[in-house]
Amino acid sequence: MSAGSIPSGDQIKDPGYPTASENYLTNSKGALSWLFTLDHKRIGVMYLIGVMTAFFAAGLLALLIRLHLFRPDGAVFTGPEANNWYNQVFTLHGAIMVFLFIIPSIPAALGNFLVPVMLGAKDVAFPRLNLSSFYLWVFGAIFFVGALMASGLDTGWTFYTPYSTTTDTSVILATSGAFILGFSSIFTGLNFIVTINTMRPPGMTWFRMPLFLWATYATSIIQVLATPVLGITLLLLIAERVMHIGIFDPEFNGDPVTFQHFFWFYSHPAVYIMILPAFGVISDLISVHSHKRIFGYRFIAYSSIAIALLGFLVWGHHMFTAGMGPMTTIIFSALTFTVSVPSAIKVFNWLATMYKGSISLTTPMCFAIAFIFLFTIGGLTGLHLGTLATDMHLHDTYFVVAHFHYVMVGGTLVSFLGALFHWWPKMFGKMYSETGGRLAAVIIFLGFNLTFLPQFVLGSRGMPRRYATYDPEFQTLHQISTIGTLLLGVGLLVALFVLLRSLVKGERAPANPWGGATLEWQCTSPPPFYNFERPPAVGDPYDFSDIFWDTENERYVTVEPDRKIAPAEQPEPAHAEGTH
Amino acid sequence: MSTIEAAAENAHDAHGHDHDHPSFLAHHFDTPEQQFDSGKLGIWLFLVTEILFFSGMFCAYAIFRMLRPDVFEGCSQFLNTKLGAINTGVLLFSSLTMAWAVRCSQVKQDRGLVAMLAATLSCAMIFLGVKAIEYSHKWEMGLLPAGLYFYDPANPHPESHTNYLFYICLPFMILLGGVVAWLVVSLATRNKFHVQCAMPLTVAAACFFVGIGLGMVLESGGSEHAADEYQAHATTELEQTAAIQLVSSGESEVLESLATESNTGIQSELSARQRQLENAGTAIVQEGDEIAGAIVSVEENVMTQRKAGVFFSIYYCMTGVHAIHILVGIGFLVWLLVRAVRQDFNPQYFGPVDYVGLYWHLVDLIWIYLFPLLYLIR
Ligand code: HEM
Ligand SMILES: [Cu+2]
Repeated sequence: MSAGSIPSGDQIKDPGYPTASENYLTNSKGALSWLFTLDHKRIGVMYLIGVMTAFFAAGLLALLIRLHLFRPDGAVFTGPEANNWYNQVFTLHGAIMVFLFIIPSIPAALGNFLVPVMLGAKDVAFPRLNLSSFYLWVFGAIFFVGALMASGLDTGWTFYTPYSTTTDTSVILATSGAFILGFSSIFTGLNFIVTINTMRPPGMTWFRMPLFLWATYATSIIQVLATPVLGITLLLLIAERVMHIGIFDPEFNGDPVTFQHFFWFYSHPAVYIMILPAFGVISDLISVHSHKRIFGYRFIAYSSIAIALLGFLVWGHHMFTAGMGPMTTIIFSALTFTVSVPSAIKVFNWLATMYKGSISLTTPMCFAIAFIFLFTIGGLTGLHLGTLATDMHLHDTYFVVAHFHYVMVGGTLVSFLGALFHWWPKMFGKMYSETGGRLAAVIIFLGFNLTFLPQFVLGSRGMPRRYATYDPEFQTLHQISTIGTLLLGVGLLVALFVLLRSLVKGERAPANPWGGATLEWQCTSPPPFYNFERPPAVGDPYDFSDIFWDTENERYVTVEPDRKIAPAEQPEPAHAEGTH
Repeated sequence: MSTIEAAAENAHDAHGHDHDHPSFLAHHFDTPEQQFDSGKLGIWLFLVTEILFFSGMFCAYAIFRMLRPDVFEGCSQFLNTKLGAINTGVLLFSSLTMAWAVRCSQVKQDRGLVAMLAATLSCAMIFLGVKAIEYSHKWEMGLLPAGLYFYDPANPHPESHTNYLFYICLPFMILLGGVVAWLVVSLATRNKFHVQCAMPLTVAAACFFVGIGLGMVLESGGSEHAADEYQAHATTELEQTAAIQLVSSGESEVLESLATESNTGIQSELSARQRQLENAGTAIVQEGDEIAGAIVSVEENVMTQRKAGVFFSIYYCMTGVHAIHILVGIGFLVWLLVRAVRQDFNPQYFGPVDYVGLYWHLVDLIWIYLFPLLYLIR
């Protein structure tokens, strides 16, 4: 394993560094070569920039919300329109975070970069469709900004009827935006399913796929199966507003709760669109940075699929108080409990992977450990909400707010950051400051808990969500939460600074800085635009036995024992490989 | 973009890669089979999303049919079964021609392929023509989605109305004019390729008006009577509507005066109250003086805005989204037709025809469900 020195006499395999004409970042120049690129890696980078911008914007809105709640009567927005302002700010915060950031964050930004490389393919199956997904994302974002500019949006990210059919704010613009984003998400998912099914090189069997690919696959299934239902729901909502079709409108014999059913039929699976890729990331991070084979590979792989399928059966747990029949609520509650089983399986497997591993506390690993803490809290509090008796009390309180922030921020965002730090050297060919990265991880962990732990208490004491003002008895907890937000913000800025600084000052990254065994570490950092010259030799993605630390050059290398030596690399004559 | 591809090729050269990729094989695929399989899986997944997309509306249909079977029965009388049946036949036939087109592309019968694609396109246009007649007729009668509904049984054909049919036909007239002009110009310049493209497209565009004609003939002798008969049987209880009135208690008057334009909260509160009262219907005896004599009727009139409206909302949503799919399909078929004239397809590369074919069959299949659900079940 990694610790010892390189056995002498063996063949060292290391791809070296890319030349400028190979490097996918530099092989063609000019803005147009980016805007019209069909290279999945460049599309991934453009997504990355896009989602981070969205995150920044929505983050500022979050800061406004929290600052406003610093005082019981509201500290930021004043005047007669104060509450309206507050409503708009929390709505846009939620909608942008969910539709523009979290859903595309790992699958579209990192997934686009990683899926083909990890798979050993040259590109995704439909590169043009891939680029159009990105532009659909951009259009969706424009619609959201349009809604913001026009008359805002104050329905909450859930667009519940009947309020959304009666409010004067720009529901149509925002829902059109979400509709378009839905198609972006569908096309990404479709592309990944096809890529994983048909583009695997020889030797890449299903069970040799890195777990990130399993998770992406499961996510894609949800994206393809759930998002169309959101599409039609939003279309019907738009039709309701434009033509008063009456389906959701009691005035015409319609039923507003139908909207909730439709909405959550998508949006509960959508929370797994957010978390499953994070599971995949964490599986890879934990294994690589513990330098130990992942524990229970098949369990983790299958549990992703199980979550994807079970996730379709539990949407009713968002509507326990909306007046469903008692039998229905009981069934939904029971199903909700089953869905937490596969999640727990994963957590135990990660812990077992770390057990007796040789853990390097690198930045990505710090984020991965933070993830395990935070996701566990988030998942367990989900059980309180899935229990009928307690949910009656907790529904629509800050407890729910805390629950979903623990899973979405503590889970998805933290693993997104972990993934970013893990694959950053691969994406941009630069090493960042480890101290800075760890510092960011610690500040984010502390800031996050300071922000959201008090909200569990607030919620269980009865503080309702989505209120601009509150009873003075809640003030202390709210203030702690606001201070936590500031700390969290500082942590995020540190992380951003560390990453951006690495682009300027960072050292050149070796092909395999962490000792990973998956295929992306076998091509140069950054990868050449064609990924692999020839289909790579596919091994076990979690077998670290022939990966060694090369102290001299500060990198990990794959060492092949003498007997396994393939014909040495020689410049091949052109047309030598005419095997097609 | 060209720069990227050029660069890609250079680099591949440098790495000793081969160039036996046929022109139709994208660079990231190894074999035509892999490319075809990818496309096939992709289109199947896309069809799954389409089915789920429609499933939302099928659910809405099921829910409201369950809640108000009488409304659905009463309203479906207004849909003209003959027109629906004609359209079903047209679409079924187009599925046949589409399947045939796929076959032609597989065995490289280029002229057959063009002919079959043109036939499919023509069927699609006939379908739209007939649909245009159906829609415009209903709009004139006021059989519209709930919010816009103004059908009045006493006067089902109000005199002053916009000529909807004209507005629907207008874009198709422009289209027809356009392709005819294209045909004339390309005939004049003797551009063979353009003639070969424009000719079938002209036929297809003209078929829209064949559909219009067909629809007009059938509509005039259509099942309108059925609806009229139904009307005659249904007891005309306008009194029923009278029974549904707001209680004129003091509080609701205050609320009403508060419910100004901007005050949506109170407006919706008011409408909610009204709804409750309406739901309570005639069963509750209310105090207050403005209540007309409560008439409890066994057979109610379903042709009111509140009831029939939702049926027509669902009708328009489902058939409208379906028609949009037909339009998209037409776009794809035109693209295929041009490529077929260019002789792009061969036994190794006929994927696009196959994929569009699958899409087209799905659109047909959805209609096969819509037709009985909306027109036939009574
Ligand atoms: C471990 C299993 C989980 C269980 C049992 C669970 C359960 C629940 C329940 C019952 C609610 C509804 C609470 C209420 O409104 O009264 C809820 C809300 C929510 N959950 Fe979870 N959850 C789980 C995991 C997740 C994950 C992984 C995510 C996202 C990454 C997530 C995101 C959300 C969101 C966004 C809401 C609130 C939606 C809203 O009303 O705006 N949950 N959860
Ligand atoms: Cu849920």
